[in-house]
Amino acid sequence: MSLERPLLETRRLFAHYRGLAALHGLDLAIAPGEIVAVVGANGAGKSTLLRAIAGQVAISGEIFFDGAPIAGLAPHRISRLGIALVPEGRRLFPRLAVEDNLRLGAYARRGPERFRPLDLVFELFPRLRERLRQRAETLSGGEQQMLAIGRALMTAPRLLMLDEPSQGIMPRLVDDIFAAIARIRAGGVTILIVEQRLAETLAIADRAYVMQTGRIVLAGAAGAIAGNEEVRRAYLGM
Amino acid sequence: MSATLIAQVAIGGLLMGLVYAVVAAGLTLIFGLMDVVNFAHGALLMVAMYATLLIHRATGLDPLVQLPLVALLLFGAGVVIYRGLIARTLSVRVNAGMVQIFVTFGLSIFLVGAAEFLFGSDFQSINASFLGGRSLAFGAIILPWPLVASGIVALLVFLGLFLLSRTEFGHALEATREDHEAVALIGIDRDRVFGIGWGIGTASVGIAGVMLANFYYIAPDVGTNFALIAYVTVALGGFGSIFGALIAGLIIGLVEALTALFIDPALKQIGIFLIYLAVLMIRPRGLFGHL
Repeated sequence: MSLERPLLETRRLFAHYRGLAALHGLDLAIAPGEIVAVVGANGAGKSTLLRAIAGQVAISGEIFFDGAPIAGLAPHRISRLGIALVPEGRRLFPRLAVEDNLRLGAYARRGPERFRPLDLVFELFPRLRERLRQRAETLSGGEQQMLAIGRALMTAPRLLMLDEPSQGIMPRLVDDIFAAIARIRAGGVTILIVEQRLAETLAIADRAYVMQTGRIVLAGAAGAIAGNEEVRRAYLGM
Repeated sequence: MSATLIAQVAIGGLLMGLVYAVVAAGLTLIFGLMDVVNFAHGALLMVAMYATLLIHRATGLDPLVQLPLVALLLFGAGVVIYRGLIARTLSVRVNAGMVQIFVTFGLSIFLVGAAEFLFGSDFQSINASFLGGRSLAFGAIILPWPLVASGIVALLVFLGLFLLSRTEFGHALEATREDHEAVALIGIDRDRVFGIGWGIGTASVGIAGVMLANFYYIAPDVGTNFALIAYVTVALGGFGSIFGALIAGLIIGLVEALTALFIDPALKQIGIFLIYLAVLMIRPRGLFGHL
């Protein structure tokens, strides 16, 4: 893979979250079409990293998306550039119907093609099609996660960031979610994923960054990190 | 006391209740959207009434004809208030709620003061309007047309708000009200939605103002009492619930009219505030609130 022209790049990225320094000068780069995993213990700053890229926390340093600086842009502008975040806790609109949650994903887009990602969403998550008129709050945890990913896909992102997509989901559905992520990448979307489930995540990822207390302590091919016993013990507490 | 009289008073109360409901709808829409209580809501009603009076005097346009114009004017005022004042309070880190109260309260004092300065504190009214002096008779029940028309227009406002809630923008409004950080993740500009929400909320109170100008006195402090009733209506209907505002407005209009009839016109608001106290004690989230 080539990082000569990364889709996303951060340089000396610092962030403060709830008064605490959460990111300490992060440098990372993601090539188009990659699945990159960010792993590390709780409190390492993984979620803050995704929120920082999405424009949801105050940062210093630089972030480039497709070569253009995006640090300091309003979150809705970052979204419109093609960066979608599926946040921790999913953050659906609970009282709106499944269909309205999905369609709102395309709200900021114009043109006749804007609802086209619906086909992909229903292909990935056929269960959502059966629940279109239900309120989002009535879905199970797994279905809510599917809806959150579906809503993000409706923005037609080039970079999809997923924060703990397996959290609070039945094991059987976790496999579905990971299979869906692999297929989304196959459709040309670059993926940055933060996950506690190390084995499944590193199995679908190309590369991984290991974070500890706001710093990247290790980067490399996902397979190498998965197989490194010392890394697992030292940084991931396993 | 005849049944006809009671029916006439009750229907009159319900019609007035629809006007209260529209005033409350604007208040509750803004509150539901962003948790800001607009203490200038009554002053904006007054502004709409004076606007109607001045345009009437300058051009002779009937208040009914002015309806879309004043609604648009107040919509613009709402957007400007949001952009110029409220948006700035959102980034306040300490005591943001207090700051918002003081900002809207200060705006109210400013608007009322400006009206006193410009027009004096005398009561004024529109003497010749299309609806003025006409009444509608159902057998022995006689209702003044300005009130009947106000009720009809109020229902149309609620119909409009209902239809709006079914549109894509209506969904964006609901989404923003549910999670105003998450909407940014799908590219929705929260500030734009908030601004339009303020516009719609103040346009609603503007429409109520135009209809009231047909038959109610116009003075700088005319909005105070309507705002007070609107707070009670919102509390009864449930904070943030437009449908709740409609039902609560009807109840309050009816209670007010019947209190005046059976007890004493001077005490007509006693019933309303008894309801308010009862709501606070028995069901603080109101009839249709989600809190």
